[in-house]
Amino acid sequence: MSKVLNDRKYADSHEWVKLEGDVATIGISDYAQHALGNIVYVDMPEEGDEVTQGDDFGAVESVKAASDLISPVSGEVIEANQELEEKPELLNEDPYNNWIIKVKISDPSELDNLMDAEAYNKFTEN
Amino acid sequence: MVNYDKIIFELSAPGRKGYSLPSDNYHTDGFKDIPSDLLRKQEADLPEVNELDVVRHYTNLSNKNFGVDTGFYPLGSCTMKYNPKINEELCSLPEFTSLHPLQDENSVQGALELYWNLQKMLSEIAGLEEFTLNPYAGAHGELTGLLVMKKYHESRGDFKRTKVIVPDSAHGTNPASAMVAGFEVVEVKSKPNGSIDVEDLKPLLDDTVAGIMMTNPNTLGMFETEIVEIAKLVHDAGGLLYYDGANLNPLLGKVRPGDMGFDIMHINLHKTFSTPHGGGGPGSGPVGVASHLTKHLPNPRVVKDENDKFHILSDNKDTLGNISSFMGNFGVMMRAYAYILSLGKENIKNVGPLSTLNANYIKESLKDDFLLPIEGVCKHEFVFDGLKDKSTGVTTLNVAKRLLDYGFHAPTIYFPLLFHESMMIEPTETESKDTLDRFIEVMHKIAEEAREMPEVVKDAPVNTIVRKLDETTAAKNPILKYKDLTEV
Repeated sequence: MSKVLNDRKYADSHEWVKLEGDVATIGISDYAQHALGNIVYVDMPEEGDEVTQGDDFGAVESVKAASDLISPVSGEVIEANQELEEKPELLNEDPYNNWIIKVKISDPSELDNLMDAEAYNKFTEN
Repeated sequence: MVNYDKIIFELSAPGRKGYSLPSDNYHTDGFKDIPSDLLRKQEADLPEVNELDVVRHYTNLSNKNFGVDTGFYPLGSCTMKYNPKINEELCSLPEFTSLHPLQDENSVQGALELYWNLQKMLSEIAGLEEFTLNPYAGAHGELTGLLVMKKYHESRGDFKRTKVIVPDSAHGTNPASAMVAGFEVVEVKSKPNGSIDVEDLKPLLDDTVAGIMMTNPNTLGMFETEIVEIAKLVHDAGGLLYYDGANLNPLLGKVRPGDMGFDIMHINLHKTFSTPHGGGGPGSGPVGVASHLTKHLPNPRVVKDENDKFHILSDNKDTLGNISSFMGNFGVMMRAYAYILSLGKENIKNVGPLSTLNANYIKESLKDDFLLPIEGVCKHEFVFDGLKDKSTGVTTLNVAKRLLDYGFHAPTIYFPLLFHESMMIEPTETESKDTLDRFIEVMHKIAEEAREMPEVVKDAPVNTIVRKLDETTAAKNPILKYKDLTEV
């Protein structure tokens, strides 16, 4: 069974988001990295790009498939995790400590549309 | 057997030759008229080898190949049926092999007759008015068909229709082709059984929809039973129906896309009509259209006059344009033509039922060990969602690799994306019951190995020329040319 952490929220497209102040850190869940298999490339937006809840902001490529990354929040990208460019496999090794982007969010209420750990756990079991 | 792993450069020795040219009796200086800046400064780095070494090299390499001529090849969605050798015989006739596309049409009447006849045969098989054989492959056919769709709407002065609907289970080429053709792609969801959700489709249909792309049977091998209603809904909204012919095999001679309401389709001649394919070609993706769309087909086309003479004309005034240099992959057309004539009208009707029977036989025989997400009669192919018993940690990839150890080609894996452990099996109609039984026996054996000694399956393959490949490194640091290899 895949790991789910209580300190963050989850989208049905398997991204997690952790809010600190008005900065949301975004990554993919353990379930997602497991389903994708060995990740070989992460396509990320650049600093200053706008992301919108429900729209794709990049993609993850594994040896099995390429999968769009769907933004769980709206706002401006303030940082992309450059480490993933050289070492995309970090997402397999520790998906919760290796984030993909940080976003300065424009609407905190959007997080209400996401699942908490318990709901996400149930969602992935089905 | 000694594992042969040379590349031809490693056989090279300075001065060794595999040819002897006659001496230059004309004392020409072949290079003197070529501007010096166009002449290469260095010798080309070509392997220097003798004829016998070349023959052994390529014979040894060919022995490493796996093809439908060496073993069972149940690669779902690819229709790896046997390619009868009479096809090859016909297209190696010197009267065909020595043709040039710029020859005068009077001197290529036979070739044009073949093109015209094949076009008519495909029209009859598909239930559509006219085909162009010019597209070079399936996805090229999709693009051509979508450009017909675009031209149709634009020629009616309707420029609002910018969207193409594609099911979430579609082959990846469908949304890609729609994007290349300049459309916006809208996804329609499938129901748990893999067929299109009509209720989800209805609200998407408005006057901005140019059409919908579908395969039938769909990607899970299931027949879309609501196709007549879907066709009516799309047509009522002013859109067109595009049929992706990737899954035409089970319908051959039984059900016609035109009769189901499709307006445009492409056929993969290389799949359904038995021409060698894989590894990038050659393919052929003829596009057929209903009568109200023929004027938009690409130029040039072949027409027959009242004296039974054939002409190459570029007379379609409302055409989408030209989509190929000359007139497509003629070699593939010849093979498909030979195949259709060999089977004849009566036998071609057995292709669909036999491919359907073979797929269902495997599916029912294996569903005790492999997870069948969708019950019911499938068409030419079906999808397992990995092993039923997931507790051993043996994945679809492991099973696929283990199959290689037993001398079978692996099925298509991890497609469709609707399931996590997809294993898509298409046996085709050309396999005997003995072969199917052997495959079933081996699949059961692998399931048993997974239960009792999972490490053996996880370590597979062991009997192949190369063992398990490091796919991650291959994807991240691909070695694509000899120089990369020597620099490692």
